[in-house]
Amino acid sequence: MEPLLKVENLKMYYKTVRGYVKAVDDVSFKVDVKESLGLAGESGCGKTSVALAITRLLPYNGKIIDGSIILDGENIVNMSKEELRKNVRWKRVSMIFQGAMNALHPTYTVAHQITEAILAHEDVSKEEALERASKLIELVGMKASRINRYPHELSGGMKQRVVTAMALACNPDLVIADEPTTALDVIVQAQVLGVMKDLQSKLDLSWMLITHDLSMITETCSTVAIMYAGKIVEYGSVIDMFKEPLHPYTQKLLTAFPSVIGPKMELSSIHGFPPDLLKPPPGCRFHPRCPYAMEICKTKEPVFVEKGRRHYVACHLQ
Amino acid sequence: MKEDVCLEARDLVKHFPVKLGFFKTLVTKESPHVHAVDGVSFKIKKGEIFGLVGESGCGKTTTGRCLLRLVEPTSGQVIFNGADIRSLSLEHAMRRLRRKMQIIFQDPYESLNPRMSIFDIIAEPLRIQKAAESEDEIRERVTEQLEELDMIPPEEFFYRFPHELSGGQRQRIAIARAYVLRPEFLVADEPVSMLDASIRSEVLKLMLGLQRKFHTSVLYITHDIALARHLCDRMAVMYLGKIVEMGSTEDVVHNPLHPYTKALIAAVPVPDPTARRIEVVIKGEVPSAINPPQGCRFHTRCPHAMEICRQEEPPLIKADENRYVACHLQRGPEGSKV
Repeated sequence: MEPLLKVENLKMYYKTVRGYVKAVDDVSFKVDVKESLGLAGESGCGKTSVALAITRLLPYNGKIIDGSIILDGENIVNMSKEELRKNVRWKRVSMIFQGAMNALHPTYTVAHQITEAILAHEDVSKEEALERASKLIELVGMKASRINRYPHELSGGMKQRVVTAMALACNPDLVIADEPTTALDVIVQAQVLGVMKDLQSKLDLSWMLITHDLSMITETCSTVAIMYAGKIVEYGSVIDMFKEPLHPYTQKLLTAFPSVIGPKMELSSIHGFPPDLLKPPPGCRFHPRCPYAMEICKTKEPVFVEKGRRHYVACHLQ
Repeated sequence: MKEDVCLEARDLVKHFPVKLGFFKTLVTKESPHVHAVDGVSFKIKKGEIFGLVGESGCGKTTTGRCLLRLVEPTSGQVIFNGADIRSLSLEHAMRRLRRKMQIIFQDPYESLNPRMSIFDIIAEPLRIQKAAESEDEIRERVTEQLEELDMIPPEEFFYRFPHELSGGQRQRIAIARAYVLRPEFLVADEPVSMLDASIRSEVLKLMLGLQRKFHTSVLYITHDIALARHLCDRMAVMYLGKIVEMGSTEDVVHNPLHPYTKALIAAVPVPDPTARRIEVVIKGEVPSAINPPQGCRFHTRCPHAMEICRQEEPPLIKADENRYVACHLQRGPEGSKV
């Protein structure tokens, strides 16, 4: 089966006065229909840039240098802006932004904001759009009557639900959620993640969840890609990755999270700081922080190799 | 036994008045208050890390600030070194006491003065408290402090400004500033919640190293019960201004008694896809602290709410050795004694 989204050798740089920031450097992955992919990494590793590239919402200084983004067999890298707006965003790919709590317009009601998205893309009457909006609101577990509220009348968790509902307004095939729950409390976070999982199975959606919190990915996703300094270092099913993490970065990242279950463990830490993407280190980008770094890591960049079924890693140790 | 206690809060209360419009002040008889902290008592032993866990808005930060008198408590006592700090004069005695009580704030992007160099930021407490004899000594202390937080070489950081540092480095500066006076008691208000996972554990390790070295008593405020479990010796779970459960960390995490604690633990995502967990989902969100619910404050969201929960507020009772819980479900015939 053809994957829904196929990203191949994507390179996306930001132009700055000091040179090019290599935010996304040769990244390839795919998302199958109904698959949920988690993209994890620390801040500044380029995970949000990947999402922005897929929706082509890059800021003025961000450029896709190379590679292709194939959505349903169509390369969107060279698509015109008009076509993107009409046929891709919202209808095929929609996005839930980081800090969704501030993504709502404060002076319009929820109903206005959701119907606006529907009316802009589809040829429906206002009443129909409104009806669909209330259905969506119910779908994310809120009372339909809340639709006439203004964002300031809603709590953080409810705003998050509204933004989620809005992302589904035009029946997209793929929803990209960029740190959807960072500003929420644990209990509300669990509720929102529950809604997302529910929606995915109900609507046969494909999700891409971008987060720095690996435990969130294990709870919601089937596949996970670990990004470090603009590159994907490991890719595989969630179960494999957690049973047998292959890349030293993944291993470290996994043990950096405290858990409420199981024995109490010493938290591991990764010494040092992520590299400056203006001039990333030669060879493997993780080598200055890697406990197993060898001579070869400093000079030669590791290639992505398949280890086990659909489990890929880029590390000289493997 | 008595000497073991570093700090004790007794029935601490903090109500913030709500600002009303001009017209409303004329009509309303009783001005409304936000019941941020409503009768909280606990003891922190010497050298212990005491965790205060709860969702945002439950009053945990206010509690921490009340302990340092950064906000003036409405009523209650804070006993530190055998004396109630609320009876001290703010200008003299309290100032002197602050040398022994320090705080690390949540947001390292806002808690450091952007116009001060790193050296000045760390030296300021020494200067204000006149804790150093000379400029040379100040320099020595700042150098030592930076080294202890793995900011090496320290001289390289002296004349930098906060905006030149990453979040993790800034929070280390905040820790250095708090520790430079060698406090006996420290309030750590979510010091790593703004940091990335990989940096988080390193900052925590450094902080723990200092805590062990100087045997500091710490009030660790966090919303992350998993993190509290890794750091704290004992913890208290707060909900809407009240402590609902308190005990040793392992006891509370492995055998939670209060339905809210259970929900809080169940909500934490676990970094293991094969783990089997009990699903405890509570609905809704924290009610307003201006008009907290009658009876048990959790009854509006509690899956086990009974008639009595709506009417009578459950007291914090002793459930076991060093184990306290405020829930009607836990009040057996013998448990009803406090």
